Amino acid sequence: MLLPIKWLKEYVDLDEDSKVLADKLTLSGSHVESIISLDRDIENVVVGKIEELEKHKDADKLFVAKVNTGKDIIQVVTGATNLKVGDYVPVALVGAKLPNGVYIEKTNFRGVDSYGMLCSLKELGFGDNVIPKYQRDGIFILDKEYPLGTSISQVLGLYGEVLELEITPNRPDCLSIIGMARETAATFNKRIKIPEIKINNEVDDIKDYLESIQIDKELCNRYYARVIKDVKIEESPLWLQTRLMEAGVRPINNIVDVTNYVMLELGQPLHAFDLDKIKGKKIIVRRAKDGEKIVTLDSIERNLNPNNLVIADEKEPIGIAGVMGGFDSEITEETTRVILESANFDSKSVRFTAKEHNLRTEASSRFEKGIDPNLCEIAAERACQLIEEIGGGKIVKGVIDVYENKRDEEIINLRPNKVNELLGTDLTVEQMVDYLERLGLTSSVDENRLEVKVPTFRLDLSIEADLIEEIGRIHGFHNISVKPLVGVLTRGEKPYEKIVEDRAKSVLQGLGLNEVMTYSFISPKAYDRINIEKNSPLRNYIELINPLGEDYSVMRTTLIPNILDLLTRNYNRGIKDCYVYEIGNIFIPKELPLKDLPTEKKILAIGMYGNVDFYDIKEVVEILFDRMGIKGLEYVPEKKDPTFHPNRTANILYNGKNMGILGEIHIDVMEKYDIDTRIYIAHLDFDEIIKETKMEKKYKPLPKYPAIMRDIALVVDNEVLVGDIENIIWKHGEGLIEEVELFDVYTGDQIEEGKKSVAFSITYRSHSKTLEDEEVNAVQENIIKDLENQLGAKLRS
Amino acid sequence: MREKLKRIKEEAIADINSSNSLEKLEGVRVKYLGKKGQLTLVLREMGKLSKEERPVIGQLANEIRNEIEKELSSAGNRLKEQLKIERMEKEKIDITISKNVRRLGHRHPLITTIEELENLFISMGFSVVLGPEIETVENNFDALNTPENHPSRDLSDTFYITEDILLRTHTSPVQIRAMKERKPPLRIVSAGRTFRFDDVDDTHSPMFHQLEGLVVDENVTMANLIHTIDVFVKELFGKDMKTRFRPHHFPFTEPSAEVDVSCFSCKGAGCPVCNGTGWSMELLGCGMVHPKVLENCGIDPEKYSGFAFGMGIDRITMVKYGINDIRLLFENDNRFLEQF
Repeated sequence: MLLPIKWLKEYVDLDEDSKVLADKLTLSGSHVESIISLDRDIENVVVGKIEELEKHKDADKLFVAKVNTGKDIIQVVTGATNLKVGDYVPVALVGAKLPNGVYIEKTNFRGVDSYGMLCSLKELGFGDNVIPKYQRDGIFILDKEYPLGTSISQVLGLYGEVLELEITPNRPDCLSIIGMARETAATFNKRIKIPEIKINNEVDDIKDYLESIQIDKELCNRYYARVIKDVKIEESPLWLQTRLMEAGVRPINNIVDVTNYVMLELGQPLHAFDLDKIKGKKIIVRRAKDGEKIVTLDSIERNLNPNNLVIADEKEPIGIAGVMGGFDSEITEETTRVILESANFDSKSVRFTAKEHNLRTEASSRFEKGIDPNLCEIAAERACQLIEEIGGGKIVKGVIDVYENKRDEEIINLRPNKVNELLGTDLTVEQMVDYLERLGLTSSVDENRLEVKVPTFRLDLSIEADLIEEIGRIHGFHNISVKPLVGVLTRGEKPYEKIVEDRAKSVLQGLGLNEVMTYSFISPKAYDRINIEKNSPLRNYIELINPLGEDYSVMRTTLIPNILDLLTRNYNRGIKDCYVYEIGNIFIPKELPLKDLPTEKKILAIGMYGNVDFYDIKEVVEILFDRMGIKGLEYVPEKKDPTFHPNRTANILYNGKNMGILGEIHIDVMEKYDIDTRIYIAHLDFDEIIKETKMEKKYKPLPKYPAIMRDIALVVDNEVLVGDIENIIWKHGEGLIEEVELFDVYTGDQIEEGKKSVAFSITYRSHSKTLEDEEVNAVQENIIKDLENQLGAKLRS
Repeated sequence: MREKLKRIKEEAIADINSSNSLEKLEGVRVKYLGKKGQLTLVLREMGKLSKEERPVIGQLANEIRNEIEKELSSAGNRLKEQLKIERMEKEKIDITISKNVRRLGHRHPLITTIEELENLFISMGFSVVLGPEIETVENNFDALNTPENHPSRDLSDTFYITEDILLRTHTSPVQIRAMKERKPPLRIVSAGRTFRFDDVDDTHSPMFHQLEGLVVDENVTMANLIHTIDVFVKELFGKDMKTRFRPHHFPFTEPSAEVDVSCFSCKGAGCPVCNGTGWSMELLGCGMVHPKVLENCGIDPEKYSGFAFGMGIDRITMVKYGINDIRLLFENDNRFLEQF
């Protein structure tokens, strides 16, 4: 909200400069986001009067004006077409400075000298959003006679500052000059000066114009109406227009400007109807009927329904309550009689309707936040006063006020000890009473209790803690002396799963992998891209009702698409190698549509491309499991997973339990991602890793006896797995084998077609004695026998 | 014979001095001192000498042998030394070359920030707790005293899965879970992913991160809250950083405040980064837990009080590392990741 300091000062006496004002208001809860200067750095632009005006002899589109600036009569050439003799206009003299950095010099237009420039509002630095439509083109013509030569900055009030405030949603009462004046007065401990409302002359009787008002009590708390006659629609006086423009509102005409002025001043939206456009003599506030239509002020036809509250005459809706008036009853230049509406509508209903019709207006946003219904009367009377004051019309005597849901002042009990207990302060009861008093909350002291009377405009105060906050903020949070926490000493702990995660991450970091983070939601199309069958359980994903777009519409059941996406992106950006991992959740519904919260399962996904192959990612996984204390994993070929290469993929088993999958990505998937390198991914169940991780370590004595090494070279069928050979070797080890190392796999010359040669180096060692050759030979013979029998292996000579 | 011995000695020393390798030196030793060496041969002729002369010549021969051996050994040492120097000279390498084979991975800056924050709070006696990304409307809004028509509940603010289930919009539901599951005294923090209906741009992301803290105990005051935040800010950002508590509004705390921290760029003097205010705005929201929230979790607000605070970790990470576009955090460009 914009708060012009000049306007504020009409209600509170302030000497503080704007910076101090802003800082103190911020510390008492009205956050000043910026200070906007009205001083546009204009120099030598003064009020002048057009004395003569004639066409330029040699230029069709130019005029030559003689302008009286008080001291001189100067000649100015202008292209404007909205001038006439006798107009008062802003003149930039030779040497003048304008807001956009323009300096005015003597110029010559086709042989005619020009000693200055006549200015539009835009040239004086006003924004397009506040310049009245009738001022948009051409020179700014002043509303009346001003002393010639007066600085235009003074006439337009282009001095001082405007505060831009962030008002929290609980304080709609602060969305007005008077509301901020109250806050300012409380902050600076000053009295607020409320303008006296007085109408000098009232005529006729409202009953002659308006018979009755009926309201829907559920959605309308109050409807207060007045009638103004002999209205003359014209531009508002300049002071009123500049007020509105300073606060960011565009002037329209005198009646509408007054309603906007009062809304800014008091916070109550008002609406003016052209009485002569209303059929019958009744105003009915009711729910719209199904199929009813209205054309709103913005010329758009709206289809209404019973969830929308409307203002209607006896025949049809003339406005959407609290949102926007109807086009047909709009104030026009022909309007002579006006109904002024000052009403209070249910905030939820206004919010719903504004949203439904995508029509958020200044009025609707105020009603949504909530307004004190007692404000209706004050605002309407204030508007009548101003209309009378500016000669906009005659006020008809009497009001129609239907006020069913009356809001009264409430009493909240406050225990002074509770105030100090919650704030950690040592405030006295007197201080508390004073702080509350400043905010307009009167207290009566009774024993150890305050009975605090809350004015009706404070919609946000309902419990003791609310009052404690009020005391706290007027005292100033910054004035509270800080105290360290006391009480039982607690030891900060990390959950076990976090500790395991930390260890895994440091292992992966050590292995040269970068940590990545990707979104928890993905596109359902990602499942097609990674080749997932239509009936796969992976497609039982949870969908968002209102995603930001298809790309972020389902909760992931796998991390693979995210990893592929980011690897592809890196690859396409010319990055040669990329090794990454992410630990993140997948979301498994218990049933669809969701009734309970789903299972969130942690996954560790690893992705690599570049100077790596299957065995690199396998080694990463092996080292990780080893360092997590999970030993004895089995790697079983996986040929059916549609995302992975059928001959370069393994399931990882631990005690028969699946811990995840690793392998090269299927060529079909790579084609869909349009990427011509090989990508390796491991997708591991991190919840299982957490379960199986053994954090404790135990020392085993270093070997005391020497080892015996034996090499063994075998020829086997190509299909035979090295893992199976190793299993047989270990099985016969009788506790004597320390290590089995594959050192060669060979196919080609000297090896029969369809076979391969594999060679191992086996280390034998006993922990109780020095091994004899004979013992080792016996073991080795058994191994070879079994390899021959079970795998058809032949010793290679 | 005496002459002969002297000559042998002179020749031997000359030979030693002219030897430029260990092999040649060995040749000299064999030539003079070996089984068939010149000195050995001379000594064999000792028998021919008179009784008187024998011990004199014998002694002389021994002296000469010792002298030659001494010369041999010192020449040997000299040569060895020289060879070492020559070898090292030959082994000269260009030490400005780097190998670039080993690599240590990089941690994501956002997670590094989370861990730093968690560890800091652990040291202050807070325990880390975890909560789900998919939450109930009850935990995310209702129990936190969010008014029924609060705009944050709108479909234009919050991602919904059903009417009652949503993607959590803040880490505050973890507070509710903690208060329902545990009894005071409570000192917890919880960090994690949060979601809001924001289109992606340089400062917005539909997924972002928060860290939430909660203390519930007897006699917990606003003065404790301010102290805790103050300590935390100074630990994280530096001892010279100041905090400013601005009264604010959150449905789940009363009183509530927003905390500004001295501008990271100018430390409070005022600069273009902070629009001349000297403050980095809205780094953190906090307040005393609303009595209704305590009640909703079965905690007696007459006996216990508490405070809560929450902060956006993405923003803190960006401020800390000078990252100007939030999208970089989730794009995972290797060249970005490898800067941290």
